[in-house]
Amino acid sequence: MSSDSSRHIWTIAKRELSGYFNSPVAYVFIVIFLLLNGFFTFMLGGFFELGEASLSKPFFSWHPWLYLFLVPAAGMRLWSEERRVGTLELLLTYPIAPWEAILGKFIASWIFLAIALGLTFPVVLTVGYLGSPDLGAILAGYLGSFLLAGAYLAVTVMTSALTRNQVVSFILSVVICFFLILAGWEPVTNLLVRWAPDTIVNLVASFSVMPHFGNFQRGVVDLRDLLFFASVIVFSLFGTGVILRGLRGA
Amino acid sequence: MIIVENLVKEFGPKRAVNSVSFTVNRGEILGFLGPNGAGKSTTMRMITGYIPPTSGRVSVGGNDLSENPIPAKKLIGYLPESAPCYSDMTVHGFLSFAAEMRGMRGRTIQDAIQRVASLCFLEGVLHQSVDTLSKGYRHRTCFAQSIIHDPEVLVLDEPTDGLDPNQKHEVRQLIKRMGEKKAIIFSTHILEEVEAVCSRAIIIDRGTVVANGTPAELKARSENAGLVRVRISGGTVDAVKGKLTGLMTAGRVQVQSEGASITARIQPRERALAGELARAVGDAASQSGWKLEELHTEEGRLDEVFRSITLPDTVKRTE
Repeated sequence: MSSDSSRHIWTIAKRELSGYFNSPVAYVFIVIFLLLNGFFTFMLGGFFELGEASLSKPFFSWHPWLYLFLVPAAGMRLWSEERRVGTLELLLTYPIAPWEAILGKFIASWIFLAIALGLTFPVVLTVGYLGSPDLGAILAGYLGSFLLAGAYLAVTVMTSALTRNQVVSFILSVVICFFLILAGWEPVTNLLVRWAPDTIVNLVASFSVMPHFGNFQRGVVDLRDLLFFASVIVFSLFGTGVILRGLRGA
Repeated sequence: MIIVENLVKEFGPKRAVNSVSFTVNRGEILGFLGPNGAGKSTTMRMITGYIPPTSGRVSVGGNDLSENPIPAKKLIGYLPESAPCYSDMTVHGFLSFAAEMRGMRGRTIQDAIQRVASLCFLEGVLHQSVDTLSKGYRHRTCFAQSIIHDPEVLVLDEPTDGLDPNQKHEVRQLIKRMGEKKAIIFSTHILEEVEAVCSRAIIIDRGTVVANGTPAELKARSENAGLVRVRISGGTVDAVKGKLTGLMTAGRVQVQSEGASITARIQPRERALAGELARAVGDAASQSGWKLEELHTEEGRLDEVFRSITLPDTVKRTE
């Protein structure tokens, strides 16, 4: 990557990030994210009743569901707003390559989500205070959660390029991310197993974020899981590029 | 600087731009005229590289827009039709973003912002958020971002739209000044603007270039171009009519009395004879002892030319 490219990417990312923090969106988002995390972990997750010094079940297991709504909400405006206001025309006539803009926007939102995720650190302090948790497993859980957020976000980036309406972009990405959960969620795979051959069940489940996230959640960092999330991200961002090119051509 | 060759853009079965060709050199200001939906904006979007042409070629400063877009885009400043701005930013923030996207850094960005802010009268609102600004300010903010890098080529889609008369005047003066060193294309609905600013104008209708020339050349295509209008006193309608009809260079003559004086409209027999006709009318008046109160040769009007070229035939007939 040339230094020009990285400067373009960073300029765009910086603009998007300041966009988050110049509006109430960022603060509302972070507060709700932290409140929901606390609620799920301590109330629904039964953190104290479990009596384990681990975050796997009470904390990380909620993230696929929490992100299902929060990540599309954080990313839905990325391209749809540019299309609605018409700034897309400015952005794409600046002397930059479209992929630099796509990557810049994605990185900005991902950094924002990372900040929100990072602010959940008190839960780590709590579990550390109460017991002696496996810090490596917690780090793996955070890495998995970060990658999961990135995968959902990349899907949202793609759906937001599809429409100039933020609500449509939100709903589309929720539906796609919901599929990414369901395809490998145990209750669904258990249903499938009854009438489909194993290979089909495994094929469908392999599209899901659940088994891959599950490994991180248990503290296992496997190259195959890393590759899975990376390929969801790359595929979605590439799809975004194709959609944007289609927009300009038609 | 700008070379457009046989540019075609199809949206599905519809041909929005049909084989448009023209060139714009440095120091030229090209006015782009045409009714709504004629293909002006689409053509400009292809020149700036926002949408690729179905066929044909655009080259800016020797760089082909489809093969070598980045160096071409570096030379261009672009004001899109709706003058879009990032409304969650301040004017200063937006201009500094535009400057960074243009590859500027550090001190030069601040200098550039000061320069365009004073050119576009934005000094007072630099630290205001764009979404609190009125339409005119937002428009000038977007105009400012298009000239932030002092580009060699400017593409302006309706740069005076939404401005008040004073601002319109200022922006026209600005375009005119910048046009001395740059190649500028701008589209407009306002015909006086073309006469006031452009060195050349193109009229485009239903995707096709239907006229291309200096404003004076275009005006000469008007039906009334070369018409001599005269007001005299001291003669009778019949005498005046007889004398004027007898002139070698005169075509159709209309005479009517207007209070104490008589007005006549004399069409030249050929457009090129307009100057001679005016002299002949003057001579005729002095020979006959009439008092000449007014003598005027019509240059033709751009709006007439525009209408006669761009109105569909059916509409012309019913008028």
